[in-house]
Amino acid sequence: MAHGNTNGNGNGSGNGGTHGGPVAARGAHYPSFEAPSVDKVMVEERAASFTKRSIKKETKVKGLKLAISMMDLTTLEGKDSAGKVRQMSHKARFPSTDPTVPSCAAVCVYPKLVPVAKKALEGSTVKVASVSTAFPSGLSPLVVKLADVRQAVELGADEIDMVIDRGAMLSGQYNAVFDEIAATKEACGEAHLKVILETGELGSYDVVRKASQIAMLAGGDFIKTSTGKIIPAATLPVTLVMLEAIRDYYYATGKRIGMKPAGGIRTSKQALHYLVMVKETLGDAWLDNEMFRFGASTLLNDVLMQLEKERTGAYQGGDYFSKD
Amino acid sequence: MAAKNGGPKAEDSGKTAVADTESVRLTVRKAYKMYVGGAFIRSESGRTTQVAEAPGSASKENIPRASRKDGRDAVVAARAAWDGWSARTGYNRGQILYRLAEMLDARADELTKSLVRGGLDPKQAAVEVAATIDRVIAYSGWTDKYQSLFSSLNPVAGPHFNFTSPESMGVVAVVAPARPALLGLAGCILPIIASGNTVVVLASEADPRTSVTFSEALATSDLPGGVVNILTGPVGEVLPHLAKHMEIAALDLHGVDAAISKAAEEQGAGSVKRVRVRSLNEAEWFDAAATESPRWIERFVEMKTIWHPAGQ
Amino acid sequence: MSTKEAASTAPATTAAAKPDAKRPESKAIGMAFGDVWTYAPAPEARDHIKLQAKYDLFIGGKWKAPESKKYFDTISPSTEEKLAEIADASAKDVDLAVQAARTGYEKYWSKLRPLDRGKYLFRIARALQEKARELAIVETMDGGKPIKESRDVDVPLAAAHFFYYAGWADKLEHAFPGRNARALGVAGQVIPWNFPLLMAAWKLAPALAAGNTCVLKPAETTPLTALMLAQIIEEADLPPGVVNIVTGAGATGAALVGHPGVDKVAFTGSTDVGKKIQRALAGTQKKLTLELGGKAANIVFADAALDQAVEGIIGGIFFNQGHVCCAGSRLLVEEGIHEVLIRKLKDRMATIRLGDPLDKNTDIGAINSRMQLDKIRGLVAAGEAEGATRFSAPCVIPDRGYWFAPTLFTGVSQSHRIAREEIFGPVLSVLTFRTPEEAVEKANNTMYGLSAGIWTEKGAKSFWVAQRLRAGVIWANTFNKFDPSSPFGGYKESGFGREGGRQGLLAYLEVD
Repeated sequence: MAHGNTNGNGNGSGNGGTHGGPVAARGAHYPSFEAPSVDKVMVEERAASFTKRSIKKETKVKGLKLAISMMDLTTLEGKDSAGKVRQMSHKARFPSTDPTVPSCAAVCVYPKLVPVAKKALEGSTVKVASVSTAFPSGLSPLVVKLADVRQAVELGADEIDMVIDRGAMLSGQYNAVFDEIAATKEACGEAHLKVILETGELGSYDVVRKASQIAMLAGGDFIKTSTGKIIPAATLPVTLVMLEAIRDYYYATGKRIGMKPAGGIRTSKQALHYLVMVKETLGDAWLDNEMFRFGASTLLNDVLMQLEKERTGAYQGGDYFSKD
Repeated sequence: MAAKNGGPKAEDSGKTAVADTESVRLTVRKAYKMYVGGAFIRSESGRTTQVAEAPGSASKENIPRASRKDGRDAVVAARAAWDGWSARTGYNRGQILYRLAEMLDARADELTKSLVRGGLDPKQAAVEVAATIDRVIAYSGWTDKYQSLFSSLNPVAGPHFNFTSPESMGVVAVVAPARPALLGLAGCILPIIASGNTVVVLASEADPRTSVTFSEALATSDLPGGVVNILTGPVGEVLPHLAKHMEIAALDLHGVDAAISKAAEEQGAGSVKRVRVRSLNEAEWFDAAATESPRWIERFVEMKTIWHPAGQ
Repeated sequence: MSTKEAASTAPATTAAAKPDAKRPESKAIGMAFGDVWTYAPAPEARDHIKLQAKYDLFIGGKWKAPESKKYFDTISPSTEEKLAEIADASAKDVDLAVQAARTGYEKYWSKLRPLDRGKYLFRIARALQEKARELAIVETMDGGKPIKESRDVDVPLAAAHFFYYAGWADKLEHAFPGRNARALGVAGQVIPWNFPLLMAAWKLAPALAAGNTCVLKPAETTPLTALMLAQIIEEADLPPGVVNIVTGAGATGAALVGHPGVDKVAFTGSTDVGKKIQRALAGTQKKLTLELGGKAANIVFADAALDQAVEGIIGGIFFNQGHVCCAGSRLLVEEGIHEVLIRKLKDRMATIRLGDPLDKNTDIGAINSRMQLDKIRGLVAAGEAEGATRFSAPCVIPDRGYWFAPTLFTGVSQSHRIAREEIFGPVLSVLTFRTPEEAVEKANNTMYGLSAGIWTEKGAKSFWVAQRLRAGVIWANTFNKFDPSSPFGGYKESGFGREGGRQGLLAYLEVD
């Protein structure tokens, strides 16, 4: 269903040719951004049903280790320093002395700190992700945002976590949102692109679903819920909406897009709920860190404590785990 | 009606025609017909029942004697009329019933006379006609109000908007009481059609003539054909076929012989019909408070509950 | 467990997205729901459940051996193990129970202050909540339904019904103002095996609140939770005879509904038996309410929130193994979305977990009885013989017990038996339509009229369709929702009378 520059919005809120940024118009060459609507009550009911799964014993241990392998260990504060990033990188590489506990998937830092992380993680499987595009608001001119991306890639980032222009999204300037993502993808070169929708600012699941569609069509390798700077950040239902968008995209194209919930996931139990949801929505092919990530900072220690509890049978105390 | 239009002394009916040939012209006798699908018909069987023209009169009039097939045809007409009638607004149904009251009022004399010919004394007959007209008025007012009384917003424990409201059932087969022949007939039809049902009625066997005059008022109101179908004939012969008829949703049986009504209930079970069996005495039919209660409407509606999430 | 569906070929007109060499291009394969990460067994512990070896009849506040001296076994349909022996009530026992109910009515219940009637019901509601875990486990053992359903649906809703109707007991004159609401006397109530405790609550709570006394007969395959409810009623110190529970099969039920001392009969079960009861009651002037079978249409329009519709469809037909009178067993799909919806349904069905009902991760439990399993198999065979295309979820069927994998049929016509007859199992028949008028016509083209579903994001269309569906419960953008405040009941051969809400009181009252 190509809609040309009518922008594929059946409700008329879409508007071809409305451009927020300085990107050259694509004329009639936009794909359809049409996305199914989402029923809030039902999707929240479904999301809650995943929390009813009973995850015990070996399933729990395996799930928690899987969760660690999917973590983007994150620090995104103004006070971040080289020391902080070095310590966190070490933790990402060696989360536990237990050799069966895997490394995290990546560390996620501001562009300036990419070289620090890169150096600290040399020779490991842990990737370096950088937030970019004037994170977290994204409200800089596109040229600045693209320069931000190119800089981060040049500094060694394997993955770029961009933010979309929420103002453009909410005011129906879908072409502009699309163009920015596409331009960012181009600027990424070989680096993987994660597109942060900042779902907490999008107001409804319908908009989340449409933004997911735009992000995937524009070339995002991953779609990601949140910056972590806005509450609510990741929730089960909003993640489910995005997983369903990924599924529809896969049905239509055969292409697998990754998913990264970020922010607000602090406990092992929560992490397992997400894994259950991924397992039962997208299946086996998404149950690895190529296709699914957790953006988190404090989650790792809770998971380590739970693993230790499963190993020893004793409930754990915070001071027995390193806080980096 | 023929007498009224044809002669100055309508109340004399036809029986004085021979006695005074100078002052009274020969009256026109009426062919009584059943009212089905908005048309006046004879029984497809060609059969009639003879009734005395008036109490004690040797003159006989012929009333159609409904057959099984007349019942079947009436159900077809009623079913066809139901879609439209039930889809009308309550306001519109109310206006039509009010129009019926106007038409009945205009025929008050004729109806009174018919009841007298059916055996009532004139005073009694006049009271019954007045009560009938008032009952029509009462139900014309109910058509857009009972819904508010039966409906509910249900406070379900969840993020859902949930409400229940009444709907008509479909075709209801009615056996009207023998007496009061007019008030009983109107009294059982009105609560059923007020909500959008259509009816097939077996009129009083004791005074079938009056039901025909009542039909003529129906035909001249704006009531769509087929909403009310009135058959005259033996209940014991026609009712079993209606009770078994799969297109009929409910049975409303007034003053029916116990064995016949029991059999009808058994037959009605074949399609899980809603069945009401009642025997009001004559005085009870005149009790407006009781018979104009919305309970009479409630008995022949279905309650529909609708759920919808309240989200975004 | 891959469904091995060919990928949809819907074109993706991506202007900017370039093929990414590093990404898996997997057009040819479907979604795989396998064992990369599997759930370990998580059985609900049952060691603290103490079932009696033998259960007697609860009559006049006492436990009484049946006059017949006969007992029958109740078994677990998931293991075929014998759980207990249950008294087989004879006509004589039923007579004693009705007499006890009459005495209970005249001597105690009708004399009680209405608020105190309510307080007894509140007590029962509380006790149900306190014993929720035990009740859920026994319900699952006896009936085969997944513990997550008995725990999250059956038992809490049963308690909610008592809680709701408890509050009506002293407010009847406000429920029907000026209409002199009064109790009927003794109610004879016969309930089915699909929601044993919940149906007992649906029957007892409004009847008692309205001031009646009851003789309740649970289904012969699932008597245990009703008997536990009798124990709760005993512990709640209800006056003797107010609630009597008689167990047995069809003959016991027939004796109860036919008993001349019963003023009111309430039955939930099959349309066939409902008709027999209606016939048997002809000429008696007993009040009757029937909640019978269904063949609900679940209508999905192209503009539906499709992923949520999928959940509603799945829940609509596979909840409680499809042993639900209001199950959405006929799926009517707008032609344009048929292909994608079926694909989504099949993928979703691949994630359904069939097995030990006591396992907390089980979605589909055991079929309630051998007889019911045979009936489902028969109708599914008919569907195949009539040319419909069958898809069954790739489940591993346990060796013992009665099981049926979640199944859907495509290419179904209105004339197929699987589109007309109530299967009462986890079997979905899929039909297509082109216009809203056609959807309504097909939905209503059944002798039943209990429930229906509508899935559309267009409000006006939703109401237009809802107004035209001939069914007592319409779920729009949801399905299988129940609440004590919400009237439930059918049109046409799905029965008459309503349960739930203010309207539900009418089944147990005489009003002017």
